[in-house]
Amino acid sequence: MKLRYALGALTAIGMAAGASAASADTLEDIKAKGSIQCGVSQGLPGFSSQDDAGNWTGIDVDFCRGVAAAVFGDADAVKFTPLSAKERFTALSSGEVDILSRNTTWTMTRDTQLGLNFAGVNYYDGQGMMVPSELGVTSATELDGASICTNTGTTTELNITDYFRANNMSFELVAFEKADEVVAAYDSGRCQVYTTDRSGLAAQRLKLADPEAHTVLPEVISKEPLGPVVRQGDDTWFNIVKWTLNAMINAEELGVTSANAAEMADSDNPNIKRLLGTEGTFGEQLGLPNDWAMQVISQVGNYGESYEANVGANTPLKLAREGSVNALWTNGGLIYAPPIR
Amino acid sequence: MTSTTASEQSEDSGGLTSLLYDPKARGLVFQVLLLAAVVAFFAWILDNTITNLADAEKRSGFGFLGETSGFRMLTTLGTFMVESRAGVATYLDVFWIGVINTLAVSVIGIIAATLLGFIIGIFRLSTNVVLRGFATAYVELLRNIPLLLQIFFWYFLLIELLPGKRERVQLAGDVFGINKFGLFGPYPQFFEGFGTVVWAFIGTALLVWALSWAMKKRQEATGRPFPMFWVGLALLVAIPLATFYAMGAPMEWEFANFRAADDLMPDGRKVGPIRAGFETPSAGNPAPGIVIKPEFIALWLALSLYTASFIAEIVRAGILAVPGGQTEAAKALGISPTVTLRKVIIPQAMRVIIPPLTSQFLNLTKNSSLAVAIAYPDIVSVFAGTALNQVGQEIEMIFMMMMVYLLISLGTAAFMNWFNDRMMLVER
Repeated sequence: MKLRYALGALTAIGMAAGASAASADTLEDIKAKGSIQCGVSQGLPGFSSQDDAGNWTGIDVDFCRGVAAAVFGDADAVKFTPLSAKERFTALSSGEVDILSRNTTWTMTRDTQLGLNFAGVNYYDGQGMMVPSELGVTSATELDGASICTNTGTTTELNITDYFRANNMSFELVAFEKADEVVAAYDSGRCQVYTTDRSGLAAQRLKLADPEAHTVLPEVISKEPLGPVVRQGDDTWFNIVKWTLNAMINAEELGVTSANAAEMADSDNPNIKRLLGTEGTFGEQLGLPNDWAMQVISQVGNYGESYEANVGANTPLKLAREGSVNALWTNGGLIYAPPIR
Repeated sequence: MTSTTASEQSEDSGGLTSLLYDPKARGLVFQVLLLAAVVAFFAWILDNTITNLADAEKRSGFGFLGETSGFRMLTTLGTFMVESRAGVATYLDVFWIGVINTLAVSVIGIIAATLLGFIIGIFRLSTNVVLRGFATAYVELLRNIPLLLQIFFWYFLLIELLPGKRERVQLAGDVFGINKFGLFGPYPQFFEGFGTVVWAFIGTALLVWALSWAMKKRQEATGRPFPMFWVGLALLVAIPLATFYAMGAPMEWEFANFRAADDLMPDGRKVGPIRAGFETPSAGNPAPGIVIKPEFIALWLALSLYTASFIAEIVRAGILAVPGGQTEAAKALGISPTVTLRKVIIPQAMRVIIPPLTSQFLNLTKNSSLAVAIAYPDIVSVFAGTALNQVGQEIEMIFMMMMVYLLISLGTAAFMNWFNDRMMLVER
């Protein structure tokens, strides 16, 4: 009798421990609860931000919707958790969110020491500089002696110091605690240069009195590859997230869009057939329905559609894709996905 | 056998019982238990922290202080006094720069707040309606608006209203230049012979001190007053000034240098739009003159004006605490109103004013930590902000910062206590 009780108690403890340690089978858990929990930023226009009606939009939001479409065939089966930069990794490793899609830079420390897996890159960012156009400056090499505004407590302070030291130029750094004060100080003329990630410059620029009167300089002084992140130790889930991103990129390369996906399923191109599930069993190998990518593309769109709708030249951010590192590799950019075969 | 054991036991328990009912012994036991509990609690916290840090593979200790920091700081008093070049300055240098900047804004703020607070406090008791109304409005307005908002107000007012960097706007002839990038002033250049002037000043100060002591004795003995303040001031100005010219004026002012965009640099290049304006002296870039940044001015203004409103109320309360009979008694003795204020009212009011004044000085020092909001590099901003983000040793760095504030506050309090003892009523 006593032994049985003891065994029962041990089993209970074991289960409790298993449940708390962010269960290894994320896909089963997600199917059980019926939706994906996605960690996003608290509001970065173009990447993830809420509109007046409370709907989330942005390139990071689209990606989570894509994963939901792949798993459930329903892009709306996803719930968003806004996270600060400080709490994002804890939220992921504790199991509070299943994917972190929050303009997070892929670095070696995060890969190796924080127990994370980066599923790829959905935006290649880098630190840039913005100056008032009336200064007539066209290159960062002309900035000797400049006064530069930025945020305190980020890598931007280090990057900008490194850049000026490497080019043997002097400068003055005015570091504020919050981004709003940086924008206000720059706008008032306290600084000649505003530095942060280039996508951040594009978003913060909209807050200036006259956004058109400022120029973003061509120099990119750091590498900030942003991408979705999952916990280490669950390869099934890692593969699903990784291949959802790859499917969106391959779809763009093959010319499959949300509008023509249904027709393209009958295409003669075997690459498109494999992508859309009319040939092979690629979905089943992921543990998903065979039309997983078809659902992603028809409900959310391919990578290019998501880019143009959220951050592209026709959005307020005006981050032109043509000629940038975020163009498809066939157009000279870095956006490249391994083939589905 | 059994019976003996029982009797022994009862004897023992009798001894224990008497000890249990002894209030002194009982008190001691509880004290020891409490102490043990407190020690165990802190030991547990310490052990937990060390274990968790080890588990997280985070390093601990103060070794990081010797490593070089890779970021640049705003030009301030701290960067003039301590090495601040990126890649050369260590985290210990960064720490000292933060400490110096916190001290600089606190000390100058305390002086300004005290002067202004005394003036406003006396105005509040004035019979002049305009002065009294102004002082009342000042106090009620400034002490009722949150300090952070006032800091933002002064900062953005300054950088919005001041002229742009490339404009040449000068004050007091050509002595000062001012724009969004700071207040540019002259810097003294000393030559051989200036040491004699310094010694002349020290000698005069000693002479004035001796004279003041002798004249005080004379007044106590004969009752004849001596205009010590004016005589002392005249001596302190006249003798060092005479020495200065006798030595051939061994000091010159060096003025801030203004460069237009089309001017040429020594290397033949044009100055260009970025460097045009007053030249800013900074670490690794020597330039004539000195600069005070708008971040410092705004923080100093906000802290001084805000704290002055509290000091004014303390001063008013102190003066009102002196009984009216004192003024009447002085009048009856034929003492003039000015002397009554200086020799009768203020010395007695000071006894009431000093203790709460000390609290205001401490508040001002601690409030200076709001500097990070407007980019003034105080200790919270550079050490607990930027440096902490790069080193990541929260416990050690926050501990160092807390110690700085504790030492500054204890030092201020010790000085004010000493001052208070001197001001205490000496009863004869």
